Amino acid sequence: MHVLPYLVAAYVFLAGCYGLATSRNLIHAVGCLAVCQSATYVLLLAVGYRERGTAPVFSDIKPGSRPVVDPVVQALTLTDIVVGATVTALLLALVMQISKRHGTVDPDELRELRG
Amino acid sequence: MHHLLPLLAAVPLLGAALLVIGGRHLPRPAAEAIGCLASATTAALAILLLLHSSPPFTEWVGGWFPMNGESVGIVVLGDGASLGMAALVSLLTLAALVYSWWYFDEPPRGHAGFYPALMLLFQGGMCGFAIAGDLFNMFVFFELMSVVAYALTGYRIDEAKAVQGGLTFGVVNSLGAYFMLMGIALLYARTGELALRKIGRGLDVAAGHHGPDALVLAGFVMVLTGLLVKAAAVPFQFWLPDAHAVAPTPVCMLLSGVMVELGVYGVWRVYGSVFSGPGGIPAADATRALVVLGVLTGAVGAVMCWYQRHIKRLLAFSTIGHTGLFLVGIGVLNAEGDDGTALYILGHAGVKAALFACAGILLDRYGSVDEFYLHGRARELRAVGVMFAVGALALAGLPPFGTGLGKAVSEEAVGGPLTVLYVLVSALTGAAVLRVAARVFLGLGPRPEEGQDQDRTTGSGEEPETRQRLKRVPTTMRAVPAVLLAGALAVGVVPGFADLVAHAVDEAGTWGVFSSVHWTVPGVLLDVLSTLLAVVVAAVAVTRPRPSAAPGWVQPLRRLQSGHLGDYVAWLLVGTAVLGALALPGVLGS
Repeated sequence: MHVLPYLVAAYVFLAGCYGLATSRNLIHAVGCLAVCQSATYVLLLAVGYRERGTAPVFSDIKPGSRPVVDPVVQALTLTDIVVGATVTALLLALVMQISKRHGTVDPDELRELRG
Repeated sequence: MHHLLPLLAAVPLLGAALLVIGGRHLPRPAAEAIGCLASATTAALAILLLLHSSPPFTEWVGGWFPMNGESVGIVVLGDGASLGMAALVSLLTLAALVYSWWYFDEPPRGHAGFYPALMLLFQGGMCGFAIAGDLFNMFVFFELMSVVAYALTGYRIDEAKAVQGGLTFGVVNSLGAYFMLMGIALLYARTGELALRKIGRGLDVAAGHHGPDALVLAGFVMVLTGLLVKAAAVPFQFWLPDAHAVAPTPVCMLLSGVMVELGVYGVWRVYGSVFSGPGGIPAADATRALVVLGVLTGAVGAVMCWYQRHIKRLLAFSTIGHTGLFLVGIGVLNAEGDDGTALYILGHAGVKAALFACAGILLDRYGSVDEFYLHGRARELRAVGVMFAVGALALAGLPPFGTGLGKAVSEEAVGGPLTVLYVLVSALTGAAVLRVAARVFLGLGPRPEEGQDQDRTTGSGEEPETRQRLKRVPTTMRAVPAVLLAGALAVGVVPGFADLVAHAVDEAGTWGVFSSVHWTVPGVLLDVLSTLLAVVVAAVAVTRPRPSAAPGWVQPLRRLQSGHLGDYVAWLLVGTAVLGALALPGVLGS
């Protein structure tokens, strides 16, 4: 087992969080959220990786003849991608509407809801 | 019977699909009737299953039964706690749908079905989360209910504040959900399992005699981060007041009444089945983490609640305060704490939803939810005023309301100095609502001065959500809060109900003890004490209003609620680190 993919996942996640915390543009912020989500894909796929494993498709390989990577995490990743697409689309739609109503997408200027 | 379990999530989803497909051609009453029908069917189903849930049953969806202990199927739990939450979700959704009968502006032609469809999706997501028996399905339903909640929060898409609150809600909660998914991946990496109980067993086996290690701690912290964001524990709570201030009132009833509590339920479920074994997080560390966060949440929620003038934000902060109490209740990790919290959640759902319903009437009648602006204006709404005041007293723990019983049982379970927290938080949140009731519905006291306080959301000049300002309050809008308050009362007074709840929760829990709950003399006295305290504090505030600016020590707290997305994300990361630090000693010690 290699430790590199896990470090990559942690780095990508923290980079996304940093971007979210310091973002000056809401579209950029939603992008950063998608970056955080990409880290979850990396982590999930790293968890399912098997040494010299092949894709878990049994149409042309005999079951048990060679190692395959874990299909469960791939299913989880696919579900996660679908969820992520929905969330990103919805959030971008909200950003569009914010831009129309407030005339800005800079979170520093959106300070109506305070205290 | 147990084959019916998946229908709890499927019926609302099917209803929503029907409304989205057919909503174009349906007139508005038909669409709303279908919405009510679907949620009522689910509620009836949940209650029917709940009555037969002893002993608890599990269902493998689609007949994918485990073979030789190995499973690839999806497991659904039907025990007292999960079905109870599903029943609560369904009943409250039904109440919100009835309340919003003909509520909104005329939707654009061909979109009559959208709002009820979204509400049904929300209900389906919450029911699915309640009955999910494996961690990944918890995540999927968590995301489903979150996404629908973002959409519902920004439902009035033409309003500047609504879309802003919806976006903040969306980003913070999604980040929490991704934390949760990372945690799930780590737990899967260790155990190769996703079903809750099997992960727990896997962790115990993997740990052997060593106890938990850093990976278990990371999994614990990350999964709990996601759930605590949903539960709005400090310092993950910033999204909640913004979302509640801008969401349509019927949606607030669901957000505050049950969605936030589902976060607490998730923490209880995940800790109990996954981390409570010898390979998980030791009880002392879990208690430390939950009680510390719970105390902070209760204190911050109650103090911020007191210094609000925007009525919906005030109610939102009161929800945060009570969530703190729920976290303490489940955090002490004993059967009585679980029972008390379950009763408290039931009572709180009725009371808080009724209070939001009353605030919605104010908003639609006067176009404002600003306590100062509304001073004395709502004198003619006598029935609503009475319900608002009764709700305030119930929130403070007036016996024999369900909130009072839940509070009394929890106080007994936590014992010691934490009892003071229960009394103070419930008294202060109740007093704030009572103050509003006295000023708005009776016009008591001098009109508060505006003060030089730019740094807060006032709540005046809000757009009513109905077609035009209400001249007459419709019967549905008045009946729903009355029924909800009656429900909250019934939780406390119907003989045997509390014991039934306690039995159902204990059977689903992990402590293996059955406790009996009932009104005790110290419990009643403490409830009366907090109610009296609330009345006195409210009376003092109304008769001697000080300048509206909060004292110096509250200002930093208020400034944290900055409305800035980046700040909220930064606080979320701080919270995750704090959670890790609080749970760390058990890992170091082993």
